[in-house]
Amino acid sequence: MTVESQSRRMIRALAAYMVVALFVFPLYYWGTTAFKNAKEIFNTPPNVWTFSPTLKNFEEVFGISLGFFRQQEVLPGGGNFYMAPRLWDSIVVGLGSTVLSVFVATLAAYGLSRMQFRGRHAFVGWVLSTRMMPPVAVAIPMFFIYKNVGLMDTYLGIILIHAVMNLPLAVLLLKSFFDDIPHNIDECALIDGATRWTIFRRIVLPMAKGGVAATAVLCFIFSWTEFIFVLTLTQTSLKTVPVVSSSFVTSTGTAWGNMAALGVAATAPAFLFILLVQKQLVRGLTLGSLKE
Amino acid sequence: MTVRVRGMKWIVSGESPFPWLSPLIAMLVVFTIYPFVYNIWLSFHEYAPFKRRLEPVGLDNWNALFIDERFWDSISVTFTYFTVVLLIQVVIGMAIALLLDSDQKGFGILRALLTLTLVIPPAITGMMFLLIEDPEFGVLTYILESVGILDGTNPILATGSTALMGVMLADIWQWTPFMVLIFLAGLRSLPSEPYEAAMIDGASSWRIFQRITLPLMWKVIAVAVLIRGIDLFRIFDYMFVMTSGGPGTSTYTLSLYAWQQTFSFIKWGYGATISLVSLVIILIVANLFIWFSKVRW
Repeated sequence: MTVESQSRRMIRALAAYMVVALFVFPLYYWGTTAFKNAKEIFNTPPNVWTFSPTLKNFEEVFGISLGFFRQQEVLPGGGNFYMAPRLWDSIVVGLGSTVLSVFVATLAAYGLSRMQFRGRHAFVGWVLSTRMMPPVAVAIPMFFIYKNVGLMDTYLGIILIHAVMNLPLAVLLLKSFFDDIPHNIDECALIDGATRWTIFRRIVLPMAKGGVAATAVLCFIFSWTEFIFVLTLTQTSLKTVPVVSSSFVTSTGTAWGNMAALGVAATAPAFLFILLVQKQLVRGLTLGSLKE
Repeated sequence: MTVRVRGMKWIVSGESPFPWLSPLIAMLVVFTIYPFVYNIWLSFHEYAPFKRRLEPVGLDNWNALFIDERFWDSISVTFTYFTVVLLIQVVIGMAIALLLDSDQKGFGILRALLTLTLVIPPAITGMMFLLIEDPEFGVLTYILESVGILDGTNPILATGSTALMGVMLADIWQWTPFMVLIFLAGLRSLPSEPYEAAMIDGASSWRIFQRITLPLMWKVIAVAVLIRGIDLFRIFDYMFVMTSGGPGTSTYTLSLYAWQQTFSFIKWGYGATISLVSLVIILIVANLFIWFSKVRW
């Protein structure tokens, strides 16, 4: 844009690093809490830089003994803070809902991107409006509906509601990716006798595979971090990670170390995923409305 | 293309959008329209504890809203939270985006680091700030006490006047980077000609920002405000884990109040009524905003 002087560049760099450090600090603090023992966590003044790292918290959360700290017996599968099954619940729900949303959304996005029909604009508006609904206004009636139809506390129930929650994002985002592919490719193939279905599967879908992957990643992340539907529509047989985080708050105090360990284990894969979709991230966050 | 074929032939030929859209329509009808209608039905009923079933109560739930002070408190908390956090996120987000809008070495990594906050479950972020703001060993409490802002007698999250700020801090930390990334993408795609012309005219950088950057960025800002605004209005997770609405009603948002009425106080119909109010407000405000700002999908 404009040419900056050397000193202004230095000041800009310094300020930029400081600002980002401010945002990274809570992550650092939470991450290190996972490796601290209780005494260090409850220390005043807070131990920010100095502590002796331990894997005890992770051992308890995953119910495994890594053998580093034999003096603290860790019973595999035992203990109050054994959370490996909850990670599994999160993975099942995340993958299941992502596959369902992306499948339904690719079909719909192709229809919206390629076909002209009356009310198309209003239809897109309706899809967008479902994104505005407060989750609580869906969760309350769904609680009673799920109780009646037996979907309460089941994987299927949570997968369905998470898929629906992600549909507006997936449809609008995929539509924006399909819109980028020239329409005359479809028209040429139609003249050659291909059906719409063949064009969709053989031409458009492969050309948009980067976009489909980015959409899937975002759907997975939003299912992974979702709170209120799981809180409301599950009882005992499944719970995802965000919801169990409050179970570390006990009458004898909060198990911060274990909670942080679960938090680290649950967010590390999501970090990797989001780094994979950096290029499409802004488009994804704005539901396909802004392209980078 | 101009010949309109109707009926079965139109559908089978693959030119009708209906087969493509039908799974989406089916899911949205079952999971958004049906619950919406059910919610309206619920709002005219209430759970009768002794009969153990829902009884029709007419307009009782809707009338109760007007005299329920906690409901009006939750409206005011929701709007305060929405306005303050949105404003702070837009202003700080823009400032950081302008700061990072440079091709210096290492800035790509800084940008990538900022995306990390977006993938943390908000409930876990809430826990994180619960630890940071802990009255005894929280690092923020320690810093604020050592510079004399806090005196150790008022825990941040348990004092009526500061609890909402404590919760806002978690939101601002987690979602300001959302604004930064969107604004940064917008800044990077601006044309360079107006800036060159302004440089020749010797305009100050504040004037350039005001007269060139802001007008060109209008659509980007509107989209970011819309999407963030929707999420801020229906905020739930942070309050649920950090304060449960307290102390008093100081952090009760509409979503949290509706949820607690339904599930903690077993007032199923009343909770449904409150959730409908928040649904109606958000649909009207967001659609008006889309209409006025001319954001298009």
